[in-house]
Amino acid sequence: MTSAPSSPPADAGAPPAPALLRGRGIGKTYATPVLAGVDFDLHAGEVLALTGENGAGKSTLSKIVAGLVQPTAGTLTLAGAAFAPASRQDAERQGVRMVMQELSLVPTLSVAENLLLGRVPHRFGFIRNEALDEAAARQMALIGLQDIDPRLPVSALGVGYQQMVEIARSLVGECRLLILDEPTATLTSREIDHLFHQIALLKARGVAIVYISHRLDELRQVADRVMVLRDGRHIDTRPMRALVQADIVRSMVGHDVHEGLDRAVRPRGRRALAVRALGRGSVVRDVSLDLHAGELLGLAGLVGSGRTELLRLIVGADRKDCGAVMLGESDAPARIASPVQAVRAGIGFVTEDRKSQGLLLPQSIRVNTTLANLGAVARFGWLRRDTERRAVEHLRELLRVRSDSIEQPVDQLSGGNQQKVVFARWLHRDCDVLLLDEPTRGVDIGARADIYAQIDGLAAAGKALLMVSSDLRELMAQCDRIGVMSAGRLVRIFERGQWTEQLLLEAAFSAYAAADQPVPQEQPA
Amino acid sequence: MSHPETRARFASAIGTVAGLLAALALMVGFFSWQSEYFFSADTFVTIANDIPAVAVTAVGMTFVLIIAGIDLSVGSTMALAAAVAGIAMLQWHWSLLPATGLAMLTGLVVGAVNGAVTVAWRLPSFIVTLGMLEVARGAAYIATDSRTQYIGSRIDWLGKPIVGGLSPAFFIAIAIVAAAQVVLTRTVFGRGMIGIGTNEEAMRLAGVDPRPIKIAVFALAGLLAGLGGVFLSSRLEAADPNAGTGAELVVIASVVIGGTSLMGGRGSVASTFFGVLVISVLEAGLAQIGASEPTKRIITGCVIIIAVVLDTLRERRKKS
Repeated sequence: MTSAPSSPPADAGAPPAPALLRGRGIGKTYATPVLAGVDFDLHAGEVLALTGENGAGKSTLSKIVAGLVQPTAGTLTLAGAAFAPASRQDAERQGVRMVMQELSLVPTLSVAENLLLGRVPHRFGFIRNEALDEAAARQMALIGLQDIDPRLPVSALGVGYQQMVEIARSLVGECRLLILDEPTATLTSREIDHLFHQIALLKARGVAIVYISHRLDELRQVADRVMVLRDGRHIDTRPMRALVQADIVRSMVGHDVHEGLDRAVRPRGRRALAVRALGRGSVVRDVSLDLHAGELLGLAGLVGSGRTELLRLIVGADRKDCGAVMLGESDAPARIASPVQAVRAGIGFVTEDRKSQGLLLPQSIRVNTTLANLGAVARFGWLRRDTERRAVEHLRELLRVRSDSIEQPVDQLSGGNQQKVVFARWLHRDCDVLLLDEPTRGVDIGARADIYAQIDGLAAAGKALLMVSSDLRELMAQCDRIGVMSAGRLVRIFERGQWTEQLLLEAAFSAYAAADQPVPQEQPA
Repeated sequence: MSHPETRARFASAIGTVAGLLAALALMVGFFSWQSEYFFSADTFVTIANDIPAVAVTAVGMTFVLIIAGIDLSVGSTMALAAAVAGIAMLQWHWSLLPATGLAMLTGLVVGAVNGAVTVAWRLPSFIVTLGMLEVARGAAYIATDSRTQYIGSRIDWLGKPIVGGLSPAFFIAIAIVAAAQVVLTRTVFGRGMIGIGTNEEAMRLAGVDPRPIKIAVFALAGLLAGLGGVFLSSRLEAADPNAGTGAELVVIASVVIGGTSLMGGRGSVASTFFGVLVISVLEAGLAQIGASEPTKRIITGCVIIIAVVLDTLRERRKKS
């Protein structure tokens, strides 16, 4: 629906109009340079895709434009005037806004209050609720969220909806330049369509958009030009239509990335885990599945279809209303009332939100890696430091975690490297069953390949893997089977060879077709 | 120092400790300049023999703050434990060692209750221990019959000089600080504490049950407060139901001056010890230059705030 760039001048290699934003020699040096000598032009009404591996400098460049980081070299010009925002607020006053990958919503406040945070309509300090709701509803309608009650607390929404609210918020007030950092990381294809539609409208209004994404197929739909960074340097900027995906990936990483679409089905071993009639309220209903050693079973579905919730039920993070989980080939229900018991039973859980639920951010790679299996590096409760160090060094090399040393705090690592640390933890624990919730969210293509290689290795070692992903291409490329959840039900499990993107999507919508189940946050086509 | 791990830890510890040592040197310099009597062996021995009660209690508090908790009941626990030790010695004619053991056991029970209630109903430890502050104080009054029970020379052995003017209590406190630092940095339990303080949910999902660790930390804090109570008694030669009133604040201040984060996940027992020294030197010095009680309190309060501001700035600089 929004595949073709709608503003003609943006396509041209050298548009006649002066650039809205011009950067010359932009550089940023912390201990080492992360960005050096970057020149770019951004025109009103165009979408400039910014891409590159993690650590390539995308985030730094966009944060400089958004005023979050000050450059150590170079100059910016906004509409002909020097532009050196001292803070995010400063940049926003000049109409430059950024939607961060990490959500910055206040969970306890309502959707409406979040949307208008800092500009809540009031009289003598008392909030004017009607005006607030009205303004919020207008804003939400802009990106097709009119079905959400603006009075709901944000914490009641799933991550996907929260992302949409975040985007809606950035559109409040004047906006000349909008930076979107991985905006689709948690969105389903429906939501992505909504977003692209909104982007097209913004372009028509003359807003310039910087679009950061790892999902190259999306760039084709949304971007006019693509700018590739590598190791902090500007490699190439070209009109989108002159490029094929392989070109972009090649300039990003310097070699072809194996897509694995034609992979063979992995040999399926003994049953490792069985789920029988598992349910919790209307969130997860009557789900049964078998998971075998050596296979990767994917879980597709819309945001809110109960995929994450199913994983949480399996590990006992939430209490189930009914059903059972069986370990191995046993038919006796396992007693798993908490993640602690799940880990003891050999089930590891890589959570979707690695920052709040996965990592000890200020702690080192070493501390994070051995967390789930301290017993292996201790004797009688005493840590054996050499053993620990060797184990972590080994995993760091195996997973190619880009870092100074195993003592580097993980909050200094890029998203892909953080996720590798989470993987390292579970490799160290050596679980029989591993549940992966969006394991490549916010991870660049190069690191993704490393993670897929680890998944392959785990499967080959006889581990049973269950992976939730909102990226259908990823599921189709990696999985042996794909289960599709819809409205809390596991509606179908496809074998490799049976699925197409179309079939998977149809299944994802199927349970919402019944009249009593409105599709969350999305209107029917 | 062959490993980066050791080096990184060393560098970080040096940062905090160096700051604290500089502060100590400044204070000693200032007080020596203001009062000709300050810079003497007597002063330092007095300070050393004054700190054990706060020091051992601060060790437990460091652990509690590292798991992102707080224990407001330690002052009352000190009084209750001292009262129990007093009864054991006066009424049951126990000797010092078993009476001290009983006092520590009392503290352990108080702390375990703090921990168990906090964990079982997922309550903020601030509230639970605030309640316990009253409960334990009341119990101390009941145990002592609301009177200061004079114990006499049978308990003052702990506070009497043995080597170089220093008391057994001082050496015990030093040993406990050293042992606790090792527990924090070298054991699975210590790693668990840091993990809980950093991200409890992540610990749980990684398969580490935070509950027993938390209960153990509070129990340990109680046990050490119990020992602190006995140390306090040995200085007073009595079990005073009002002993340790407000001690929780001095203890928390010492720990925080030592660079332990109130937000949890970061802290060091060794630097807590220097935090205790800072407060004690300040108190002793101010007393010696004749500062009035109100002035002392104002200055101490300011020092606490300045210490935390400096530590926060240092942390932020390290991050960026």
